[in-house]
Amino acid sequence: MSALHELTAEQGVAALHAGEASAAEMVDAALARVEDDRWGSFLAVDAEGARGRAREIDALAERPPLAGVPIAIKDALSTRDVTTTAGSRILEGFRPVYTATCVERLERAGAVVIGKTNMDEFAMGSSTENSAYQLTRNPWDEGRVPGGSSGGSAAAVAAYQAPWALGSDTGGSIRQPAALCGIVGMKPTYGAVSRSGLIAFASSLDQVGPFARTVRDAALLLSHIVGRDELDSTSLDWPEPIAVPEATDLEGVRVGVVDELMGDGVEPGVRAAVDAALARIEGLGGSVERVSLATTEHGVATYYLIAPAECSSNLARFDGIRYGPRFDEARDLLEHYEVTRGEGFGPEVKRRVMLGTFALASGYYDAYYLRAQKVRTLIRRDFDAAFERVDVLVSPTSPTTAFRIGERVQDPLAMYLSDVCTIPSSLAGLPSLSIPCGLSDGLPVGLQLAGPAFSENRLLSVAHALEAAIGFDPRPPGVL
Amino acid sequence: MIDDATVRHVARLARLRLGPEEEARMREELSGILEHVERIQALDLDEVPPTTHVVELLNVVREDEPRECLSQEEALREAPEVIEGMFAVVKFE
Amino acid sequence: MSGPWEAVIGLEIHVQLATRTKMFCGCDLSFGDPPNTHTCPVCLAHPGALPVVNREAIRLGILAGLALGCSVPPACEFHRKNYFYPDNPKAYQISQYDAPLCVGGRVAVLLPDGRDLEVGITRAHLEEDAAKLVHLGAGGRRAGAEASGVDFNRGGTPLLEIVTEPDLRSAADAGAFLRQLRQTLRALGVSDVNMEEGSLRADANVSVRQAGERALGTKTELKNMNSFRFLERGIDAELARQTALLEAGGRVVQETLHFDPDAGEIHSLRSKEEAHDYRYFPEPDLVPLAPDQAWVEELRASLPELPVARRGRWYELGLTYEDAEVLSETAELGEYFEQVAELAEPKAAANWIRGELRAQLREAGQEPWESRVTPARLAELIGLREDGTLSEPGAKEVLAEVVRTGASPAAVVEQRGLGQISDDGELTALVERLLADNPDQAEQLRGGKDKLVGYFVGQAMKATGGRADPARVGQLVREKAAG
Repeated sequence: MSALHELTAEQGVAALHAGEASAAEMVDAALARVEDDRWGSFLAVDAEGARGRAREIDALAERPPLAGVPIAIKDALSTRDVTTTAGSRILEGFRPVYTATCVERLERAGAVVIGKTNMDEFAMGSSTENSAYQLTRNPWDEGRVPGGSSGGSAAAVAAYQAPWALGSDTGGSIRQPAALCGIVGMKPTYGAVSRSGLIAFASSLDQVGPFARTVRDAALLLSHIVGRDELDSTSLDWPEPIAVPEATDLEGVRVGVVDELMGDGVEPGVRAAVDAALARIEGLGGSVERVSLATTEHGVATYYLIAPAECSSNLARFDGIRYGPRFDEARDLLEHYEVTRGEGFGPEVKRRVMLGTFALASGYYDAYYLRAQKVRTLIRRDFDAAFERVDVLVSPTSPTTAFRIGERVQDPLAMYLSDVCTIPSSLAGLPSLSIPCGLSDGLPVGLQLAGPAFSENRLLSVAHALEAAIGFDPRPPGVL
Repeated sequence: MIDDATVRHVARLARLRLGPEEEARMREELSGILEHVERIQALDLDEVPPTTHVVELLNVVREDEPRECLSQEEALREAPEVIEGMFAVVKFE
Repeated sequence: MSGPWEAVIGLEIHVQLATRTKMFCGCDLSFGDPPNTHTCPVCLAHPGALPVVNREAIRLGILAGLALGCSVPPACEFHRKNYFYPDNPKAYQISQYDAPLCVGGRVAVLLPDGRDLEVGITRAHLEEDAAKLVHLGAGGRRAGAEASGVDFNRGGTPLLEIVTEPDLRSAADAGAFLRQLRQTLRALGVSDVNMEEGSLRADANVSVRQAGERALGTKTELKNMNSFRFLERGIDAELARQTALLEAGGRVVQETLHFDPDAGEIHSLRSKEEAHDYRYFPEPDLVPLAPDQAWVEELRASLPELPVARRGRWYELGLTYEDAEVLSETAELGEYFEQVAELAEPKAAANWIRGELRAQLREAGQEPWESRVTPARLAELIGLREDGTLSEPGAKEVLAEVVRTGASPAAVVEQRGLGQISDDGELTALVERLLADNPDQAEQLRGGKDKLVGYFVGQAMKATGGRADPARVGQLVREKAAG
């Protein structure tokens, strides 16, 4: 048997149920790799809590389904009594009084949370460089970013610190880091997973989703967290259980390649890996055709009006009165607000709060926020029309592979434009995932697959068959 | 695209203190971003309804039944400052 | 510019709904409990906490709207109203903006002077209440406080905001409207509607214009008046201020004002630069409400007779405005009266309940419907008084017995021989005897000292143990004294 930390979650669960390993051993193996955290994946490690929980599970007469397998959780998700910062100074030392529903469901199923992972502050960013605390390095090349905003979770999984992790995705924050780190990441249909306990960035876009090294693991993780939550009014009754996929071919599957995302903006190496994947799709019996989503060019503009608008409102509660550190001895209330938020928020957060406040302000609402919501309708219609003809839409997940640390952080617009592939399905609320489809100059390339609402099972099935055919080796050099 | 006065006005609405260089940089960056988002002005959106809600749900409600509250201690636990069982607020006009 | 001025007044009313839990979370409502003992991550606006709508608040809101003659649109939604203040933990209030729960109502107000007034109801919508700011030191006032604290127990309480058209034309009319609204909402069980406790709050939008003009003058908003009296005085003070200003050639500035009842003065509440930009947008954490129209019709059918209609009926029975005011104070009292009025003469019933019954019960600390004086008993007593069996004092005495024991008045009368003496022969004989026995007083009476009639009536009551009919005795005394 491989070393415990090299097992997939599925293999780990099987080993635990078979008595081949204990949860304590499995958690220890993960923690050993977390203590040597040269990639900076984790903001907080709950070794004591994790070991305690593992012992509890080992002592049970019957193991719960996930049996004691360790998991990493993005620091945007509330974990009772364990610091939760959303990567921001304004929540430094904050310990929630409750746990996010999706995390609770996993814990009840027997997963053991080993720690909270690094992220761009309040999920705003595509590189995790906006974390107020530390950098996270891409396990494939430590001079490069892991992507963002869920960079810590992606790095943790890619570096075999945990077999799987939870992240959140608003405009690509799971899929893009998954692509840059050579792992699987998925954003489900909007409403599939409860947002209760997810520190909100953009309410109508945020979704929690899985990171894993295999599609089957991603499906297994997703299956434990989907479904209506009475604490989240926007969560849905899930129509059918998420299935762990078995498919090995793509007979009869109609695949559409998004024209607008295969153009000049895409790096040649990325393009080549994607083309190779498309050839494999045909080899597996799938049909491939070009599809045009004309609204793609408006995605970034639309997203960067809606998301900041909602975030400007969601982040207004951070006022230093009910939680968070004191930043200054202000003399009056106005000063208190302005100093707390001026010191507590980083530059990207401030930028988006400003942008969002502007888009909602009197005199600008109609021209900006309202218009953006209308374009959103057009984007959804584009997808709906496309899905009349195809079952799955594919494109690169990111136009480039992992860029160097520091390369883009000074140019916000350039950073925003790297989300061009992932944003549209976020705006449309549709499920979308990324699987590694090859390397370009030694760096992973992600292939994005998107489907109609509630088509998770088919998406995962297609991804699984393709994953097997591609045979990507998820081990970054020098990591194991 | 966006002037200093507007930047200051928006910063005040958002209760953000910006230093002078921050203000200048913000003006530049926001102008750049707004230039990009301006492209949606070109679209014909007259007959298009806005997407105000992504899920097609209606009437999600809960029964008027009490749920367990936090104790006063739990409620105040994370507060930076407490006064007589309440969240302290700096004096204000 | 001068000439007859017309007052134009509209009210913005906030009513705390009588639910068990808050608008968007399951914390139970508290009354006077220690601070921050009824909170949760949702109403404390912890990161990641989400709102979920209270179904009962919707029902009560619709009920209130229907009672105000509103219609319930097929769909409505929630919006965020964004502003920073310590009592607003999310820094936005979840409210309703352009798609409210109820719209377009109409209320007929019965005024004390008998006039009818129709007041339009623009809308009624649901929202959540702010938390409580407590200012320590400096007598609880904000200015000069040493420190302030926030208690979130109240934060999140369901509110119904009711907005009227500017159809009110005087402070008194505004008061009458508000009183009637209060009765209506209380009768429905929608709210405690207690102004002193804060479950009913009213702000007034006030402007003036030349009589006959159709355009509206600039309006000001009067806030924080926490009693009916202060509301009326405040509106009157503001009307006076605006009128004086305009007559002197000035212009009214749109602003938010406060009426200081002690000084009788109007003060500006907000500095002008603080005009709020609320940046309303649809609440993404909630989905729209589409009240089932069949359910709305059921609620409409379930409406009890509303105070306005009941008052109209009572007026026809002979009651005065004041009678109706008093008897409508509580649903129980109104019900008690109705039951008595079915069995006895309504105006007499009103008089007895308002007067002697309540006075006697006050000592026992009882309400009529809690006492041994059942409606049937009271009706019986009234009947005995009305048909002359009992004198006024006799009836009061019998009532006291009924209060004590719940016995049947007729039985008490018989047991204690309290039947009123109204036989003229008997009374005449009594009067003649008293006049003879008290010659000095009789002489003075003949001489014109009229108030001695009372002396003889008193004597007659003493002699008969209170059973003589005092009115008839008085008449006879005058007759016989005159000789």
